[in-house]
Amino acid sequence: MSLVEKHQKLERNSVILLIATTIAVLIGGVVEIIPLFRTETQIKPVGDIRPYTPLELAGQNIYVREGCHTCHSQQIRSLRDEVVRYGHYSIPAESMYDHPFLWGSKRTGPDLARVGGKYSDDWHVAHLKEPRDLVPESVMPSYSFLMKKGAKIDDLGSHLKALQSLGVPYTDEMVELAQQDAIAQATGEARTDTSGLAERYGEKVNARDFDGQPHIVSEMDALVAYLQVLGTFVDFDAIKDVEDEAP
Amino acid sequence: MTTIASTASGTASASPDYNYKVVRLFTLATVFWGITGFLVGIVIAAQMAFPDLNIEPYLSFGRLRPLHTSAVIFAFCGNGLFATSYYVVQRTCGVRLWSDALSSFTFWGYQIFIIIAGLGYVMGVTQTKEYAEPEWYADLWLTIVWVAYLLVYMMTIVKRKEPHLYVANWFYLAFIITIAVLHLGNNISLPIDLASAKSYSAFSGVQSALIQWWYGHNAVGFFLTSGFLGMMYYFIPKQAGRPIYSYRLSILHFWSLIFIYIWAGPHHLHYTALPMWVQTLGMTFSIMLWMPSWGGMINGLMTLSGAWHKLREDPILQFMAIALAFYGMATFEGPLLSIRSVNALSHYTDWTIGHVHAGALGWNGFITFGALYYLVPRLWGRERIYSVKLISLHLWIASLGIVFYIASMWVAGIMQGLMWRSYDDMGFLEYSFVESVMALKPFYILRVTGGVLYLSGALIMAYNFWRTIRGEVSAKEQPQIRNAQGVAA
Amino acid sequence: MSDKNNQNHTGKGKGKDIDHATGIETTGHEWDGIKELNNPMPRWWLWVFFITIIWSVWYWVVYPSWPVPGGATLGTKGYTQEGALKESQQEIFARQQVYLDKFQQASFDEILNDQELYRFAMTGGAAAFKDNCATCHGAGGAGQTGYPNLNDDDWLWGGRLSDISQTLHYGIRAGNMDTHLSQMPAFGKDKLLSREEIEAVVDHVMFISGQVKADSEHGAQIFAQQCAACHGENGQGDREFGAPNLTDKIWLYGGDRHTVYETVYNARAGVMPAWKDRLDENTIRQLTIYIHQLGGGEQDDMAMEEEAGDVREREDNAGQL
Ligand code: HEC
Ligand code: HEC
Ligand code: HEC
Ligand code: HEM
Ligand code: HEM
Ligand SMILES: [Ca+2]
Ligand SMILES: [Ca+2]
Ligand SMILES: [Cu+2]
Repeated sequence: MSLVEKHQKLERNSVILLIATTIAVLIGGVVEIIPLFRTETQIKPVGDIRPYTPLELAGQNIYVREGCHTCHSQQIRSLRDEVVRYGHYSIPAESMYDHPFLWGSKRTGPDLARVGGKYSDDWHVAHLKEPRDLVPESVMPSYSFLMKKGAKIDDLGSHLKALQSLGVPYTDEMVELAQQDAIAQATGEARTDTSGLAERYGEKVNARDFDGQPHIVSEMDALVAYLQVLGTFVDFDAIKDVEDEAP
Repeated sequence: MTTIASTASGTASASPDYNYKVVRLFTLATVFWGITGFLVGIVIAAQMAFPDLNIEPYLSFGRLRPLHTSAVIFAFCGNGLFATSYYVVQRTCGVRLWSDALSSFTFWGYQIFIIIAGLGYVMGVTQTKEYAEPEWYADLWLTIVWVAYLLVYMMTIVKRKEPHLYVANWFYLAFIITIAVLHLGNNISLPIDLASAKSYSAFSGVQSALIQWWYGHNAVGFFLTSGFLGMMYYFIPKQAGRPIYSYRLSILHFWSLIFIYIWAGPHHLHYTALPMWVQTLGMTFSIMLWMPSWGGMINGLMTLSGAWHKLREDPILQFMAIALAFYGMATFEGPLLSIRSVNALSHYTDWTIGHVHAGALGWNGFITFGALYYLVPRLWGRERIYSVKLISLHLWIASLGIVFYIASMWVAGIMQGLMWRSYDDMGFLEYSFVESVMALKPFYILRVTGGVLYLSGALIMAYNFWRTIRGEVSAKEQPQIRNAQGVAA
Repeated sequence: MSDKNNQNHTGKGKGKDIDHATGIETTGHEWDGIKELNNPMPRWWLWVFFITIIWSVWYWVVYPSWPVPGGATLGTKGYTQEGALKESQQEIFARQQVYLDKFQQASFDEILNDQELYRFAMTGGAAAFKDNCATCHGAGGAGQTGYPNLNDDDWLWGGRLSDISQTLHYGIRAGNMDTHLSQMPAFGKDKLLSREEIEAVVDHVMFISGQVKADSEHGAQIFAQQCAACHGENGQGDREFGAPNLTDKIWLYGGDRHTVYETVYNARAGVMPAWKDRLDENTIRQLTIYIHQLGGGEQDDMAMEEEAGDVREREDNAGQL
């Protein structure tokens, strides 16, 4: 009973009650979240993980805008069937430049964490325009308007700048040349000089017209450029040691 | 019959000078947003069965899903929490709301938040984090409104007449303060420039995931649970006319509930790239959360002892009792789903969706409907509700709707999970992903049916309120009431 | 702050308030008519609560759980997600291992002649096909516009096991060193032929594909100059270049005038992804056999040589699932 009597103090003094409640609800979060920011557990960059190119970032923002994450996860769990179906389980470093994470919580459609390279650009374009043309049973919405809509690339510099100040390793040069790099990537070396892009983001960057409309940098170009790099940064055969220290 | 329909125990005129105006506004908003949110739910449910219903770009599934979740959680449940908390705090503290102006600001400010958030989704403006999708400007606006809410609520408590603070208010207070903390923590982000709607979350990857589910799980714990327990602790004893079952149970289950809930978020991230130790904490705290959750159900259901006869004939009380049953079910299922090996099957599937809606439709929906039926005649100074029969009709249609919804999602979810992981005797995956998509279609159609039933119930309720507010009484029920009054007198 | 601190009723002390219906005493408080009974907490409730706590403590001991400086407690079981995954895979490996030992050593010919291995290859091939290939080539491999039918014996790049294996490993125009390359020129877009010339050559294609009776002299000439190098003198196709046979009634993109014109004007260059880095060697071999058996497989005269190269690869990849 004495505890109950002590409790009456809280019931009579609402300010103390409020403070006690706040303390009670802060503890769990502090213990779980703070350690994830410690240097020991900080996620190390692995292999060739690089920040998204400006065009891929524009694509990611379209992915976000259209709510693709409401149907598609980007997180392969360490379960045997997922590893067979989707590939190596996801490791922390792979989403370290996603602000915020896009792991998803529902798989109405398949996981997309490693969809990069699984299909051709043409396939993605046709599929996004009308999924049921290619997969008759699909329940995915069609996104044909992405073909007609020009991607907004003039403000990509400020996107990179914002991410830079949040710790994504974009250089000032990348910020400066964001728009130019986006155009170069969506055009390809046949028609433009992509050497700067390759210098800044690496030789492996896909630079080509993605949507089959060379005259425009459409939202489709951006989205497909994004989809085509998902899961392609880490070569798991090359980093066996990292794998062994995964969670 | 008298207690079901009449408002003898507390008509407006008999009370001190309470601020019912703002409660009336929030009540109307609850009904309106409820119907809107259920309707959008039906639309997205139908889109999952018939993808041609997607209208690009504005009305496609990916944009409407957050519209649905925000409309039901923030608009329907949120307005319900505002309405009941403002009513309950006044009546249990015996004083008028601290500030009329500020409380009316919380009403309009909150509706503006809902509208700018909702318009944003349709336009494609979203931060993606579940239940925190509104962009930075809407987040900031909500922060202002929420601080005003905390202020109104807290100051009303502070100037109360009763020395002790009733348990319903503990729960409401925990809800308000914790949601403030969660909202501020999860929404830290950097706009690309002040003229742009777009922002980037300050956190990325694993940290971002954990912070999101610290938020997301506790949106369940404090918005959909703690706040609603506050509702339960007032309206059940009032409607049943019985004292709360156990004071000591109230204390222990309150503190254990709010302390433990916060830890459970990582159960949304089992087997992911999140370090294993955090997952363990998420799972074990979820298991420990079982009894603290049931404490509320027990206290509510046992409050009915001594009033079982009322439960048989009072559809309002039936709404509340069924709500507690669903609460019990959802909080049993939740810890079950938190077990890693179960979650391996259920995560990413419609089982989660079934669990969500057992809680959402059964617990949050039904307790709100019960509270609204209690409130509307009292707030508008009417002697009784327009029709008790219609309340019963609502109850049965909505219950049937829930059964359709959750039964179909359980089957769908478990089937989906089993199909994904099923191997043949040679060790090859038995089904492709698309085969699981095909298998779900009949269940998605069943769910639409459930949603339509549930919405129909809500429309019946709205009609009943409309007639009640106009001061009418159903012709069929008039002799009964005369009878009842005769007996009472 | 004017929290009242006056008289308090703890239920004890002043006159007890008893609830009539249950005979239980209340705490003596009342809010808007609501009272509280002073019932004890249900025993079973407390017990189950304690049990869940005890169980959790046990779980913390056994599994990684609490953060400590430098990391987190590891638990007595040495559990890691990676380890658990490997362990759970063992059961599946075991099911496959029955066949794999033999499968990995066997040549394609041997597999085709061994009932068990054949069934193994076909089952595995079908499973991999459904999740990886059906989206392009259709659920039954029947193809769709732009994506070839794999059931017939009309092959673009060859229907021998070795051809199929090559196609699967490296893809077609898939941007790697060993991929099938060769691209039909865009005769119209790149101004290699005038519109009239294209019209004429299309007329000729319509003729050799048996759709019209009359040939175009001019078209036949252009065909001989521009197209025969790849599609062959008579338009029977050439697998060296992946150039389709234009005389059969099987079309990749379509054989109507309009579509053929479109093909000649803009060219196509369909892309088939390379699967070498995405699927393991066993799976690709299963797929190869599966595709070969879909209907159009051809005899492999060079099988022996190809196999020699394959075995080395397979051994590098052994053990992967
Ligand atoms: C209503 C749910 C839904 C939404 C929203 C949705 N998808 Fe899908 N998606 C599916 C389904 C179901 C499939 C499987 C059938 C198919 O391939 O179409 C799929 C398949 C895919 C695939 C093929 C994956 C594979 O490995 O086969 C890609 C890529 C894809 N979607 C991308 C997207 C993008 C990008 C968006 C947003 C612009 C999106 N999806 C929105 C349901 C959805
Ligand atoms: C992105 C779509 C796509 C996917 C996925 C795909 N293919 Fe293909 N495949 C193609 C295209 C396009 C061609 C024809 C290319 C050309 O024009 O020569 C092709 C050609 C082939 C050929 C050669 C046919 C011939 O006539 O020579 C084979 C064999 C084949 N695919 C098998 C597969 C298998 C097995 C898989 C799955 C592991 C697969 N494909 C997945 C698009 C795809
Ligand atoms: C450099 C080699 C090359 C030359 C020269 C060439 N083609 Fe082709 N052609 C191909 C290839 C490879 C394809 C397969 C389609 C693809 O690119 O995916 C093809 C496809 C076609 C098709 C589509 C067949 C179908 O099934 O839909 C037609 C029609 C065709 N060629 C006609 C011509 C004509 C007419 C000419 C000359 C004016 C010509 N080609 C010159 C390589 C060539
Ligand atoms: C007519 C009633 C309703 C229908 C038809 C309906 C339908 C749906 C559908 C189709 C989804 C998406 C599921 C998916 O992506 O697979 C969904 C999600 C959701 N709904 Fe409802 N809903 C209804 C009522 C409610 C109510 C009343 C609430 C809350 C109080 C609610 C809360 C949610 C939540 C939180 C989600 C997200 C679940 C998750 O992310 O796991 N719904 N609903
Ligand atoms: C003891 C109480 C509870 C526990 C331990 C619990 C646990 C869980 C678990 C394990 C999941 C699945 C996570 C995943 O695999 O993605 C989940 C999802 C969910 N639960 Fe509960 N649950 C509880 C009670 C409730 C209640 C009462 C509601 C009320 C509506 C609720 C609403 C939700 C929602 C909305 C989700 C979906 C989250 C998302 O993925 O978007 N839960 N819960
Ligand atoms: Ca383009
Ligand atoms: Ca937000
Ligand atoms: Cu949760």
